[in-house]
Amino acid sequence: MDLRRPNRPVIGPKVRQVGFVTPDSAAATSSSSIPAVSAAAATSAGSPPSSLSPVMIPPPRHPSTEMSNPHFHPVGSYNPSEQILGSPPALSPSRSSRFDADGSDFGGDDDESVALSGVGGGMTPKSSLLMRQPVTKTAPLVSETHKRDSNVSKGKGDGPSAAPKEKLTKAERRATQEAQRAAKAAAKEAAAAGGAPSVSKQPKPATKPATQQKKDVPSGSGPLQPLAPSGSIEKKQGKKEVAAPHPRMQFDDMTKVGKLKKRAVVNQSEARNRVELFRHLPQYEHGTQLPDLELKFFQLDLIHPSVYQVGLQFLSDKISGGNARCIAMLLAFKEVIQDYTTPPEKTLTRDLGAKVGSCVSFLIECRPLSVSMGNAIRFLKNRISSLPHNLSDKEAKSRLQSDIDRFINEKIIIASKAIVEHGVSKIRDGDVLLTYGSPSVVESIFAYAHGIKKNFRVVVVDSRPKHEGQGLLRRLVERGIHCTYTHLNAVSYVMHEVTRVFLGASSVLSNGTVYSRVGTACVAMVAHAFRVPVLVCCEAYKFHERVQLDSICSNELGDPDAISKVSGRKNLNYLDGWAQNENIQLLNLKYDATPSDYVSVLVTEQGMLPPTSVPVIIREYGIERLWT
Amino acid sequence: MDPPMDFQVVVLAGGTSDKLSPLVSKELPKALLPVANKPLLSYPLELLEASNLKNIIVVVEGDEAATQVESWLSVAYMDRLNVEVVKTPGDVGTVGAIRAVAPFLISTDILIVSGDLVSDISPGAIAATHRRHGAAVTALFCPAPVSGGADSSTSGGKDKAKKPSRCNIVGLDPTRQFLLHVVSGAKVEKDIHIQKRIVRAVGQMEIRSDFMDAHVYAFKRTVLLDVLEKENLYSIKQDVLPYLVRTQLRSEISAKKENSADESSNGATKELPSEDININSAVPSNQNLRWLSQHREIAPSSYQEIHISDCDMNKSRLAKKTHKCCIYLSGKTQYCARLNSVQAFGDINRDMLGEASRITGYTFSAQNNVVHPTVVQGAKTTAGGQCIIAEGTILGDKCSVKRSVIGRHCRIGSNVKIVNSIVMNHITIEDNCTIQGSVISSNVQIQERASLKDCQVGAGYVITAGSEYKSEPLTKR
Repeated sequence: MDLRRPNRPVIGPKVRQVGFVTPDSAAATSSSSIPAVSAAAATSAGSPPSSLSPVMIPPPRHPSTEMSNPHFHPVGSYNPSEQILGSPPALSPSRSSRFDADGSDFGGDDDESVALSGVGGGMTPKSSLLMRQPVTKTAPLVSETHKRDSNVSKGKGDGPSAAPKEKLTKAERRATQEAQRAAKAAAKEAAAAGGAPSVSKQPKPATKPATQQKKDVPSGSGPLQPLAPSGSIEKKQGKKEVAAPHPRMQFDDMTKVGKLKKRAVVNQSEARNRVELFRHLPQYEHGTQLPDLELKFFQLDLIHPSVYQVGLQFLSDKISGGNARCIAMLLAFKEVIQDYTTPPEKTLTRDLGAKVGSCVSFLIECRPLSVSMGNAIRFLKNRISSLPHNLSDKEAKSRLQSDIDRFINEKIIIASKAIVEHGVSKIRDGDVLLTYGSPSVVESIFAYAHGIKKNFRVVVVDSRPKHEGQGLLRRLVERGIHCTYTHLNAVSYVMHEVTRVFLGASSVLSNGTVYSRVGTACVAMVAHAFRVPVLVCCEAYKFHERVQLDSICSNELGDPDAISKVSGRKNLNYLDGWAQNENIQLLNLKYDATPSDYVSVLVTEQGMLPPTSVPVIIREYGIERLWT
Repeated sequence: MDPPMDFQVVVLAGGTSDKLSPLVSKELPKALLPVANKPLLSYPLELLEASNLKNIIVVVEGDEAATQVESWLSVAYMDRLNVEVVKTPGDVGTVGAIRAVAPFLISTDILIVSGDLVSDISPGAIAATHRRHGAAVTALFCPAPVSGGADSSTSGGKDKAKKPSRCNIVGLDPTRQFLLHVVSGAKVEKDIHIQKRIVRAVGQMEIRSDFMDAHVYAFKRTVLLDVLEKENLYSIKQDVLPYLVRTQLRSEISAKKENSADESSNGATKELPSEDININSAVPSNQNLRWLSQHREIAPSSYQEIHISDCDMNKSRLAKKTHKCCIYLSGKTQYCARLNSVQAFGDINRDMLGEASRITGYTFSAQNNVVHPTVVQGAKTTAGGQCIIAEGTILGDKCSVKRSVIGRHCRIGSNVKIVNSIVMNHITIEDNCTIQGSVISSNVQIQERASLKDCQVGAGYVITAGSEYKSEPLTKR
């Protein structure tokens, strides 16, 4: 951890650094990693209380602690957007003035998010002071700790295994190994997820979000309730449950990658010269997976045909988009359940859970899961494990199938319709609406608004290499909506005339960060600079309790050839054979993270909310709360 | 037992083909014709076995042929494959053969493989492509064997007069995934009639005449059974496939089946472009599925009309009925050939010795040949490169064998030259014969000093001493 960049105070708060930030500040990380270490130690030791429900925050403690602790009071009003909610166009002045003002406000913000991110689980005043350092540091800080964290936890994992090595039966050894693995996974996840789980491992953490939430949540939704990152209760129930949101794999760890390859169904060859900062993400030679998977078509008996089909379609990008992928996956699982019979001497809840797990890992090999899919899987596994044992196979199956149907229906379809209703209320006659990419919900909003004879114009902003916007454009034009089509490059020009920006999202994280198609952040920032309200439309099932400050630690890499080749321009071939040149690294990111500052309103089925209210939605309406 | 991945396999082994006339006879059905000393049928079967497809239905034309094939199969594959032989009366065509096995078909998709396919293209790849697109039919096409100027990539068919059986006119979309137009050999006319609506839907069509239909098809079962109900179809290649391709934008097939079966599968409904979203209505569960198609992004292809109008998973169920006809194009490195003529028989045998030797499963020696250890060779006899000599064969002195296949238990005298030929089993060749470029069926006797060039000799024929033949088919009367 060398000091590659000196600490310097931020003078102009111009840009919060969202992407490429080199790590620095060894001091901050070393101090802040201590809590994480202790967390790892705690879990690997397997102390009963923490392993039972380590992720739950004991509810009653919070209000008092957070009130008494002066350090955690929010700096300024964190998000004024609820006042704006009623009239989005008026919103920008107050926010952008903050934007232009000075760095201290920002420091406050970042401090907050770091606290959330669990680096300071047991955060002392000292460490919080450290946090109050310039903005530039926060992102690297987290990623750094996260690396460290995983290292440390690895070390911890080795420790206990060395001691009782001598006289153990095979079973015992396996048990300890498994425990270690689980602990490691948990620690890792905590690190990778940027914190929510690790926050909750500590007895009294995360006071910040609670206070913040108190301020932000409209009165009536219980301001004194503590923030309990949901979904974590199930995680500790067993090894099986850990699989639900997988501990994120670090693809720069060669040994792990080797292990993964051994059990992988899809034979993938790793791409060479990947961008340094994104080594931890999987990137494969594009085009090698599909033929290989096709060759093995009949060899993979264990995978249900419909799952296989969906996997192939993911791999070849035939199905893309969060909702579509999620629905396709759920329908495939429905068939898996339909065709499932419990083998003798096994119980349905356990065996089916494992079976679904293997299907999921196959799908992950085809393409990394989206957050929406992860949530849906978690929901399904939760339902499976909570089935009463005395049910007959048939009953259990039909119950699960109807659960899946209800999920699709309520969480996706009805939710989208509710979003459409909310979204349409923000369209007035004469509006010029801008959207980016091809978000399905936004398309529905436009279509509905057009159907009820609103008079508006749409600017479709598109980008290479996927050109998804063209499909949207085509469908909108078919409906008779007046459209303008442009590319992302021109967004700063076209923003002059725009009155609203409607964006879709792959996920919204609990600090309000919108994780979406790459380029969304850019559009949102430009809109913010032009004081155009940004409405992000997202179903609540895509919310995730994770906190992410940048688009580095979790992202997806696309086919680098897609950006190196320009269709229709054969003479533009400077990048041909780039894979042979070590000096070239192509980066085709698929997602980016839009900080919540640039989002005026989140449009969800629960209504229009400020991005700071995401934790409330997760807590109140999260996947786990569904029919339990 | 469930078929793997919901695929069933039907191998059409044929009967006694006219095209292979002197070689194939009642005693030796086409399926058992030795190619590199292995029966022809073993090639598709081993290909399928390599893909873990162990339950195979083999359809054979004619009773005698069926009996022979069955007895061979029971010996050769008894413990490895679960093969069911179904016999059909002769001359019912491939469609008739499928009709005969229709009652056995239960899985979602059916893979139909021609029994004369010699290839190393994985059937899994075709099946996976079929599944991925949710196609009604997926056909395997491979580059046609190059003979002469078959390099025409444009809308041609200029050499169709020369070799009408080879020439298919195939129309592809720019991504080469969909089959838009197909006219097979016999039906090729002077002009090509292309439907406007398909071109309009696709935007651009690539027409080629240098692809060969390898006669490997993956069919959706419902589609296949529907097609079988139609009367005037005879051959899959010439009737069924063109019919499906022709009607892909106005499909009558899926319409009929819509309500009957298959409700369980994940068919998706189609989004009508004009439909407004009715927010307040309760959502019927079937409507869920429409969201799939609505939310789906358009694949990077200009095949958009079909992409949009067609639905995602499998079947289209509403207004504009379409089905997809997909194509799997084999790569250049893969070997694929059909043994449907005497010429092809010679070519394939040569390929088995040379470029495609990997398919045979033999291990070639350092001299690049396969000589069974029981072969007795006389003094100064040489077996050159690219030769296969099977067990029990006795070669006299000063023989020379080059680029040839010699079957089991042949007795070959001294000073015999065999070049570029196929000699099957139990053949006696006396001294001083010369055999070039010929095919000699089983139990033939060739007396001394005979000379054969480019001949096909039927089974049991006796060639008298000193005779000379050139480019003749010789059969016993």
